[in-house]
Amino acid sequence: MRQSLRTVLMACAAGLVGCMTAPWAAAQQISSYAPVTQQRLENPEAGNWLLYRRTYDGHGFSPLKQINTDNARDLVPVWTFATGVVEGHEAPPMVNNGMMFVTTPGMQVLALDATTGDLIWRYKEKLPADLFQLHPTNRGVAMWGDKLYLATVDAHLIALDAKTGKEVWNTKVGDYQHGEYMTLEPLVVRGKVMVGSSGGEFGVRAYIAAYDADSGKQVWRTYTVPSPEEPGGDSWKSDAWKTGGGSVWITGNYDPKRNLAYWGVGNAAPWPGDLHPGDDLYTSSTIGLNPDTGEIKGHHQYHWNDSWDWDEIRPPVLINMQHNGQTIDALVHPARDGYLWTLQQTDNGIKYISGQPFVYQNAFKSLDPQTGRPTYDPEHKPVSGKEVSFCPSLWGGLDWPSESYSDQTQLLYIPANDNMCGQMLGEKKQLLVGQLWLGADPDSLKLLPRGDHIGELQAWDPATGKRVWTYPFPSQLFASVLTTAGGLVFVGGTNDRMFRAFDAKTGELLWQQKTNSGIVGMPVAYQVGDTEYVAVQSGWGVDAQRIQDSLAKTSMKLDPNAVPQGGVVWVFALRRHR
Amino acid sequence: MGDTSISRRTLLTGCCATPVFARTGAAAADEESAQFELPQTGDQLVEVGHEAEAKPLTPQDLGLQDLLLAWAYDPRNKIVRNGSRLNMLLLMRFEPATLGDAERQLAPEGIVAYSAVCTHQQCWVTDWLKSAQVLQCPCHQSQYDLRHSAKVVGGPAPRSLPALPLNVNNGILDIAGPFTGRVGGEQQQGT
Ligand code: FES
Repeated sequence: MRQSLRTVLMACAAGLVGCMTAPWAAAQQISSYAPVTQQRLENPEAGNWLLYRRTYDGHGFSPLKQINTDNARDLVPVWTFATGVVEGHEAPPMVNNGMMFVTTPGMQVLALDATTGDLIWRYKEKLPADLFQLHPTNRGVAMWGDKLYLATVDAHLIALDAKTGKEVWNTKVGDYQHGEYMTLEPLVVRGKVMVGSSGGEFGVRAYIAAYDADSGKQVWRTYTVPSPEEPGGDSWKSDAWKTGGGSVWITGNYDPKRNLAYWGVGNAAPWPGDLHPGDDLYTSSTIGLNPDTGEIKGHHQYHWNDSWDWDEIRPPVLINMQHNGQTIDALVHPARDGYLWTLQQTDNGIKYISGQPFVYQNAFKSLDPQTGRPTYDPEHKPVSGKEVSFCPSLWGGLDWPSESYSDQTQLLYIPANDNMCGQMLGEKKQLLVGQLWLGADPDSLKLLPRGDHIGELQAWDPATGKRVWTYPFPSQLFASVLTTAGGLVFVGGTNDRMFRAFDAKTGELLWQQKTNSGIVGMPVAYQVGDTEYVAVQSGWGVDAQRIQDSLAKTSMKLDPNAVPQGGVVWVFALRRHR
Repeated sequence: MGDTSISRRTLLTGCCATPVFARTGAAAADEESAQFELPQTGDQLVEVGHEAEAKPLTPQDLGLQDLLLAWAYDPRNKIVRNGSRLNMLLLMRFEPATLGDAERQLAPEGIVAYSAVCTHQQCWVTDWLKSAQVLQCPCHQSQYDLRHSAKVVGGPAPRSLPALPLNVNNGILDIAGPFTGRVGGEQQQGT
């Protein structure tokens, strides 16, 4: 059954969905809106998607089960909405009681009726005329109270009125002319809106900063690359920290029990490790910080002296799991470096438990059994002046797209890229502010595919460290995963434009739908009235297209123009609910 | 700063809105707006990173297949037009016989000048690929054929880099006319 806003209003009044207040009086005129509170963020209603991964633990799991393994073949499109722009549509459609908020490339937020696809309001502003965009994308709005928070590619944080789309405040966070920009969805904890700076490829010294949700005033700013006087500063053995990267561009997770926000930190800049000698904290690390003060309370560096562009930018997934007969607060991270890492939260910080490759990896020779610190094979570690090949490629075993942990199957689903190695000749170059600064000879950057396929949707049991099933794809897989209590795993990410549903237990492909473009976006599940919906943006671009371009130049000979661009929001439900 | 970087201060003089000379009032305002102007006919050229010396470039400053980044320079008022990053230019020297007919008219001694701003997302296009003999944008690998109107030969860029006709006057390179097209990319703003 397809429902209008009016029906939703009635459903709210009858208590059928998690409405705090009656959300609206009539379509296009939103008279009231269910404010987002800390309590709601910590215990979100089953039908809503209020955080980047729905819950603070980063599972990307929906407890909804109307759509399930028995009926997934009956999924049909309910409505679509063309965003009007090209490039990578990476944001999850955020849903609060029947109202959907979608961000696109450019500077655009769409508020849509989640049942009908009707436009409620549209926010769009002009970007600066001299802006340059390495990553023309955005990964969604955060929610707090009656406002939405948008981090922009020209490094501003903007608060919008969720009912009207009108700007409430607009704060400059960084300087885009110096290569600082933002693409992430902010993380809100108790009224503090946290964001991070991109720009690792422009030689920025990056940071995480928190802003007061009401006033837009900065509360704290913590650099992810410490100065020599700060803890960890001695891990930089030259002045390279001043331009050391450590960018932050994917939303953190949060543990309310310990009041710690976990963030992933990007690569050291420029790429070849000899140009920034030392371990280079906190690049390629997870850091846990206090969201009230910004103080770093713990960290784990996955690989020291990053030389491969392996940002470890996704925060670890927080999982309570069995280990040696005890329940531990685990932090699980399928890393860009190609290893699946398990860590443990303790009262004294983060403890290493285990690490093992989930794709072919030739850069690490061994791991220290106590600390997890890798030793490297110098043959596969880029330096300046030498052409080096390494596996996985600079896009890693898993780049920024999110894994998902199903609370139902207790398995972790990784959208991996195996058999995709890379090559680079490191090159020492002077930084020109505002110019890309990779430290690599552009003629030398190549992908080296091996084996008979690249993409793999993998299911792992983190408690046993065993892989349960794998579904292969011929070429790259580049999109985030959704799991639901219907026993399903949803993912797009392939260059055949498909959106797919799998049986979470067995890996059987149950359903697929060809869309307008390729999907690099994050799928979500939500409910309005008595209907469960699954939503995703289709709009190919950025890294997925770059991989396509690079594989076109290999023996795979992909067609670089195979995937048309242009964004569309797709919403699916079961046929009988259409 | 590390030995691979120049300081922020130096770089700021390299790009964007630090006046060359301290002036006050209307003169300063005029100067600042002149810094933002696109290259003007009769302007000379100075190398990026060497704005303070403001030494006009000559054909001898470019060897065969040397790539040089430059700003336009107003020699009368001694103003480097580096107010906006969109003003950056790139120069390269080729064997004149290898240039297309149209380019040869604009390129004294085989020296071509183009806007350095990629027509895709406005990164500076600076990577000369010797193997393919194309100029590649480092951001998303658009490729331009500088011998033939900087036409796009690969990647997402929608159109050529605008060319800037050059002259040699008294042994110094100067600008002979306006850009052949619009400078900048296709900034999408939503619909
Ligand atoms: S900005 Fe040059 S290819 Fe995208």
